Amino acid sequence: MNSPRIIFLLLLALLVFCFGLAAQLSPQFQSWRGSRSGGDIFNVVLGDSRRMFAQSFYVKADAYYHSGYYPTMFDNKEAFQTQHMAEDTGAVNSNNHGDEESFLGPKRNWIDAFGRHFFPDRHTHLDEGGPTDDLSGSENVREILPWLKLSADLDPDNPQTYTVTAYWLRERMHKVAEADVFLHEGLRNNPDSYDILFELGRLYDESYHDTARARNVWEEAVRKWMKLDADAQSDNKLVFEQITTHLAQLEENAGNLPRAIDWLHAAQKVSLTPDVLQKRIDDIQKKMAALIPVAPAKLY
Amino acid sequence: MKNIFAVAGVVIKELYRRKDFYVLFIITVLICLVMASVNIFNDPKIARYLKEICLLLVWISSLVIAITTTARQIPAERENRTLLPLLAKPLTRPQLIFGKFFGCWFACGLALLCFYIFFGALAAAREHQWPLLDYFQAAVMHWFMLGIVVAMTLLGSLVFAAPSSNSTICFVIIGGILFVGRHLDQVATSMHEPLRAIVNALYFTIPHLEFYDLRDLIIHNWPLIEWKYIVLALLYATAYIFAFLLGACLVFRRKPVN
Repeated sequence: MNSPRIIFLLLLALLVFCFGLAAQLSPQFQSWRGSRSGGDIFNVVLGDSRRMFAQSFYVKADAYYHSGYYPTMFDNKEAFQTQHMAEDTGAVNSNNHGDEESFLGPKRNWIDAFGRHFFPDRHTHLDEGGPTDDLSGSENVREILPWLKLSADLDPDNPQTYTVTAYWLRERMHKVAEADVFLHEGLRNNPDSYDILFELGRLYDESYHDTARARNVWEEAVRKWMKLDADAQSDNKLVFEQITTHLAQLEENAGNLPRAIDWLHAAQKVSLTPDVLQKRIDDIQKKMAALIPVAPAKLY
Repeated sequence: MKNIFAVAGVVIKELYRRKDFYVLFIITVLICLVMASVNIFNDPKIARYLKEICLLLVWISSLVIAITTTARQIPAERENRTLLPLLAKPLTRPQLIFGKFFGCWFACGLALLCFYIFFGALAAAREHQWPLLDYFQAAVMHWFMLGIVVAMTLLGSLVFAAPSSNSTICFVIIGGILFVGRHLDQVATSMHEPLRAIVNALYFTIPHLEFYDLRDLIIHNWPLIEWKYIVLALLYATAYIFAFLLGACLVFRRKPVN
């Protein structure tokens, strides 16, 4: 038993056994629903808890948008329910109310009053100059991007991360190509996302001035939105209004005035301000009336 | 004073003989360089995430150095049986305590200097600016905060049996103060008496280490803090340092040397 030859043979037999067992188990493990082997590094390390971290990093990006002036779990967060960096893109429903300037409230005691000198204590937005109020420094909004990218890597199923990131990349940093790539990455992960299609349409329309592609993408976004159930539709009215009003504007610019009116009628059904849209419809109708040629007078 | 600085000198020499600082510094540098190499939307000017990571590592490293270095000072002297000969020389117990304190504090200061020079270089490489006064304020405030930590740990090393238990307790207390210290009075309002009174008393008693955390101001390039508030904060820290050192002297006076 002590001979090296027997030990060597035993080791070899064990290795063959292990190899065979691994070969047998590997396909079963790959097809097992709880397997993490097919995911990226975050999926392997964090599993489903990565979504929680993704949300934290998304909020972190908003804290950077405010240059560190941000409520903690102990402060009044009513004015920060919806992240301001997302709200400022104009495509997100806002749940914010209350005073965003003074979530710290009145000074509670001398320690609180003294402590306020040592952390950011003024509400600013990075795209409006940040703490220095220097509007020429609005490109500093780039500082939110690492956290947004990390958030998207951790939770690729959240469309808002892609739309917010693409908006700031395109609007303030003039990085249209990067925004385009990022939105397509988001679309691959969320093929049914009307939010991403809407932002992609804006990119084609406003940055590439490619109205045909913008129209196609927005119409596809409308079709995706229509497939939602009634509850989901009532929760996402703002984005539908945005898509349809943008389509109306596009058709108006292209001279397809009846089509523009159709889109505005569709927007009116979900809008909080149907009167404003009605005024636009009236204007377009006046424009249409002016375009109808006057019948020539009889010569004889 | 001569005796105090002689003891302090020995402590500083001990820090640069040990590998703790070098290991932590190299880890900080490596992590920061790896993070700096990440390409984020082809924009090389993005800097603040890097500053945040670097400052976080500096804070963690400095706390580890301060607490672990201080916690083993007096227990090591007792274990090596060098405490008795030290006190047999013309060295009083308070002089030993103050010497150990200044040694650990200056050692932390030297470590901080290296860390902040690296931080400044890293930030300047991205932002192309060098706000020296801002960094000076942050480093001085950080150093005085470490002074409170060192004094507290020194007192703990005389109260608790082993350096490991002392270090753990100090980490928990300091972490607790840094995370919730500022909000303890808000937490107290949701409690019933007598717990509310106890938490309120705690709020006014603990050293508010969060005053010295200027990371958010440095990361987001906020303007300088008025110097009068810095001076007041340093005086506040000095008061706590002396309170803890006096406490340590009182405990050590009645402590058997062997």
